[in-house]
Amino acid sequence: MSEHDLVARLRNGDRRALARAISLVEQGGPAARALLALAYPYAQAHRVGITGPPGAGKSTLVTALAQEWRKRGVPVGIVAVDPSSPFSGGAVLGDRIRMQVLSGDPGVFIRSMANRGRMGGLARATADAVTLIAAAGFPVVLIETVGAGQDEVDIAQAADTTIVVEVPGMGDDVQSIKAGMLEIADVFVVNKADRPGVDQMVRQLRTMLQLGGAPMQGWVPPVLTAIATTGEGCAQIVDAVEQHRQHLTTTDTQIRRALVAAERELSAAVQELILERLRGPRWEAYINEIAARRRDPYAAAMALLDGCEG
Amino acid sequence: MERKIRVLVAKPGLDGHDRGAKVIARALRDAGMEVIYTGLQQTPQMIVEAALQEDVDVIGLSILSGAHMTLLPKVMQLLREHGMTDVLVVAGGIISDEDAEILKREHGIAEVFGPGSSTQAIVEFIRSNVQLARG
Repeated sequence: MSEHDLVARLRNGDRRALARAISLVEQGGPAARALLALAYPYAQAHRVGITGPPGAGKSTLVTALAQEWRKRGVPVGIVAVDPSSPFSGGAVLGDRIRMQVLSGDPGVFIRSMANRGRMGGLARATADAVTLIAAAGFPVVLIETVGAGQDEVDIAQAADTTIVVEVPGMGDDVQSIKAGMLEIADVFVVNKADRPGVDQMVRQLRTMLQLGGAPMQGWVPPVLTAIATTGEGCAQIVDAVEQHRQHLTTTDTQIRRALVAAERELSAAVQELILERLRGPRWEAYINEIAARRRDPYAAAMALLDGCEG
Repeated sequence: MERKIRVLVAKPGLDGHDRGAKVIARALRDAGMEVIYTGLQQTPQMIVEAALQEDVDVIGLSILSGAHMTLLPKVMQLLREHGMTDVLVVAGGIISDEDAEILKREHGIAEVFGPGSSTQAIVEFIRSNVQLARG
């Protein structure tokens, strides 16, 4: 089937075409690029990232949030990323276990992705999969990262609104002034709010935010509490995401973010294409020479790039 | 880029014994496959819907409740209705030889692995029978 047919069918609501198209962008290559080029103009969704440490309840929260959006009549796409094994390259993707209640709803599309060795909390093709789901007519796409620690912040570029999920009782208050995860939050959610230590955690997060001085672009990330297993607090989270979306459209934040994201996408595309072009016999030879310390990586890179121009 | 084999491992029906399914999921992961594990108590509709959204090459069904002659043909029928006849379906669990023969011959289950099957045999079977070049 041609890329044209596939995009026409997925835009028409053909879920199998959408699923197949996502597999193609995961594989990468010319077919993937053709698909994305066709889908790109139609990909107008609000992309909501959900990140946080393993076991914070991300999958459960994603499910509860999806249910809340569905209650409001909004179709929801979900991309859930889990890690690949660094040894076998395989993966067990278990996010659907928590999402069973969403089954049977044609207004929900769920896709699990292995990160395939990519650092940063997402798979290489996550943003591309989100583009396709958006082009298929889902106005909200939720992106669940792998269980993230401190530095897995790719989601901030892939999402319009980033929700950072924390749970009480993990680390002291110095954790909250470290760089990384906490800086990317547009909305904080303290999940498992039926556990002890919630008030303290909320207070710490709010204090940390105040210490930051004037809020970035006039948005103060709200600190909300939730019990994802019961859905408690989810209406407020969806409200906060909608408010953030409003904020983005009424300030120049959206444009600035779009520019940053566009530069990143361009740089990733250039990298992919250059690597594709440069890999070959010389590439292999240089790898051997670098490993044997007969050539340094920069000299090898320069030599390859010089050859590329000619 | 290398094409990964994607497998849905699901437990249709009402039994709560998922040790076998988890062992299989782990073995397939160690063989380099991407395994989507959906958990317990899946209806045939849920299984086929998940297989469709995840665009899997293989479905592995683990069933110990004895309801396999009802649930497995239903899964196969739904797959046909969705045009997903290129998906390889294998089953495991407590299934008699007679039933296994009928499931294979009449319903299109590719293979049935009973208790004591080695995970290596299952990995090998999937590798040799999966159709990765799909339309």
